[in-house]
Amino acid sequence: MFAVLRIALRALRRNILRSFLTMLGIIVGIASVIVGVSMGTGAKADVDKRIASMGQNLLVVMSGNMSRGGARGGFGSTPNISPGDYDALRREVAGVVGASPEVRANAQIAAGNQNTFVQVSGVSADYADVRSWEFKSGGNFSDADVRNANKVCLIGATTAKTLFGENIDPVGQIVRVKNAPISIVGWLSPKGVNSFGQDQDDIVLMPYTSVMKRLSGDTMFRSLNIQVEGPNVISDVQTNIYELLRQRHKIQPGRDDDFMVRNQQEMSDFFNANNRVMTILIGFFAGISLVVGGIGIMNIMLVSVTERTREIGIRLAVGARGRDVLLQFLTEAVLLSAAGGALGIGTGYWLAPLLTKYFEFPTLISNSSVIMAFTVSAIIGIVFGFFPALKAARLDPIDALRFE
Amino acid sequence: MSVPVIQLDDFRKTYITGEVEVKAVRGVTLSIQPGEFVAIMGASGSGKSTMMNTLGCLDRPTSGRFLLDGVNVGELDRDELADLRNRKIGFVFQGFNLLARTSAAENVELPMLYSRPPIPSSEQRERAMASLSLVGLAERSDHTPSQLSGGQQQRVAIARGLVNQPKLLLADEPTGNLDSRTSIEIMGIFQKLNEQGITIVMVTHELDIARYCRRVVVMRDGLVRSDEAVKDRFLAGEELAKLDAEQKAVQLT
Ligand SMILES: Nc1ncnc2c1ncn2[C@@H]1O[C@H](COP(=O)(O)OP(=O)(O)OP(=O)(O)O)[C@@H](O)[C@H]1O
Ligand SMILES: [Mg+2]
Repeated sequence: MFAVLRIALRALRRNILRSFLTMLGIIVGIASVIVGVSMGTGAKADVDKRIASMGQNLLVVMSGNMSRGGARGGFGSTPNISPGDYDALRREVAGVVGASPEVRANAQIAAGNQNTFVQVSGVSADYADVRSWEFKSGGNFSDADVRNANKVCLIGATTAKTLFGENIDPVGQIVRVKNAPISIVGWLSPKGVNSFGQDQDDIVLMPYTSVMKRLSGDTMFRSLNIQVEGPNVISDVQTNIYELLRQRHKIQPGRDDDFMVRNQQEMSDFFNANNRVMTILIGFFAGISLVVGGIGIMNIMLVSVTERTREIGIRLAVGARGRDVLLQFLTEAVLLSAAGGALGIGTGYWLAPLLTKYFEFPTLISNSSVIMAFTVSAIIGIVFGFFPALKAARLDPIDALRFE
Repeated sequence: MSVPVIQLDDFRKTYITGEVEVKAVRGVTLSIQPGEFVAIMGASGSGKSTMMNTLGCLDRPTSGRFLLDGVNVGELDRDELADLRNRKIGFVFQGFNLLARTSAAENVELPMLYSRPPIPSSEQRERAMASLSLVGLAERSDHTPSQLSGGQQQRVAIARGLVNQPKLLLADEPTGNLDSRTSIEIMGIFQKLNEQGITIVMVTHELDIARYCRRVVVMRDGLVRSDEAVKDRFLAGEELAKLDAEQKAVQLT
């Protein structure tokens, strides 16, 4: 076996440029497999991280129903979760430890002579806990603030910096939103930029009652964030919420829901559905280039068999069996394609970080994709090397020796 | 009498190329005993190489029987023929047929790569070196064919033929491309091997080369025309000494 490898290596070294050019197809194919899969894996890891960073054991109740109104229906439909639904949910569903609606408005907010345009989220007093926000200074607003629609807010690190300057504690300061003075009671610790380039800290949180009254004018919630006791009650709580809301929305048995309850796994699956399509597409094109690479190997191996007919004749004459010759040429083909695969993997390792660096596309090279790529390249060698090797093995010794 | 190494019974070989049928060998019956040293002679196209290829188990008879060491070769499949070539036969080709860009030692090791059971690589190297020293080329073992003279290449080819200790050494015009001195040296090697008990069959065009053998078979048109023992056999040692003396004489005058 060792001798076979040595012979194959030597044969490939003799035509080093040709070997390299032959490998190029495989290199390109494997590199695109690695990069493509790393993009899919990276995007998925990113989605999972963002969903995990929302907090633990979360459920989201959303207005509308995607399975009914097409893919976009869920996001475009009118808000239909009422404050009454929200209260009933908090009161009646066991296992819920925190719940908060989220109503959003974009508003100009000013402090002194600074002002900024920012997303104001209306939430309950549970929200900071549910979403694991921490405070750098100050603290959360209270349930009473929510009940009374008080003019208080929590301010994100970026917004605070814009309005008051770096490292200046804004707690106790007043900001003006639509001319209403709002006092800052909490300064949120930064969460950083998420991988879509969105600054999570450019935010102002206010009691949802205040936002609905002063800013958005909404009377219904688009969505609710709910935190449950632990992972083992998630599905029970989900079922209970379904039953409660169906009842409250007076949905007849057999009719579709007009809302959705999604756990984090389901959200991740939803966002990753697009990634999967992308991964499959890239995989398809990479597959084509691998086939082209394999044909290149087959072509060169056929040339090689013809060029080395005499050598084959000599080997057969001194007692090589057909399968010895077959194994020798197959080894060469596999060596070519596996080396191409290894170089392709190396290229992928080099390209993927560049993609992240210059296009801010999250990438993650998984061990399984490397193993898979390498195995595929070796298999290509076997598949496309087999025919030329068989041709070599079937040569007649005398004809081969006579070949000029 | 012991089992003949070679037993041909009405051996025929017909080549068919397109419409044309070439009857290369048309019925040869021949028996060669262990330890014989046979020269096959004959005009070009008389079927010598065709017969040698069959004797070398590279080819099968069209009709007739060929027993090698008692085994009917015509009944064997490709793999079995390959094994026979590997174990029992050393073949020295007219054109040397060495692997280019491969050292002499590795060329000699080649048959051992395909031996069953496999031979450990250290033993392969040892036996290759032993075989090369037998033909007086030990110190050139790492030279490639292009770095060796024709005679040296032929000796590497002989070393390769001997490395698996075959019963039978076949040589198709082993001295065809060599000058007379080198030819005698090669015949010397053959005579030495033959004295050690190896059966040798070789093809030659040259009458005086045939006189180093013990028996001469002459072929014409695919048939054996004569088959007799060599009288006044040449011995390579003596002939070389004579040649040396002659050359000295030429130089002295
Ligand atoms: N593969 C082949 N296909 C067709 N005809 C062949 C083939 N090999 C040999 N022949 C023919 O068979 C006849 C005998 O050829 P062979 O090579 O045995 O002659 P030879 O005695 O070795 O001649 P030389 O002394 O020139 O080597 C020739 O007429 C040759 O043309
Ligand atoms: Mg011939």
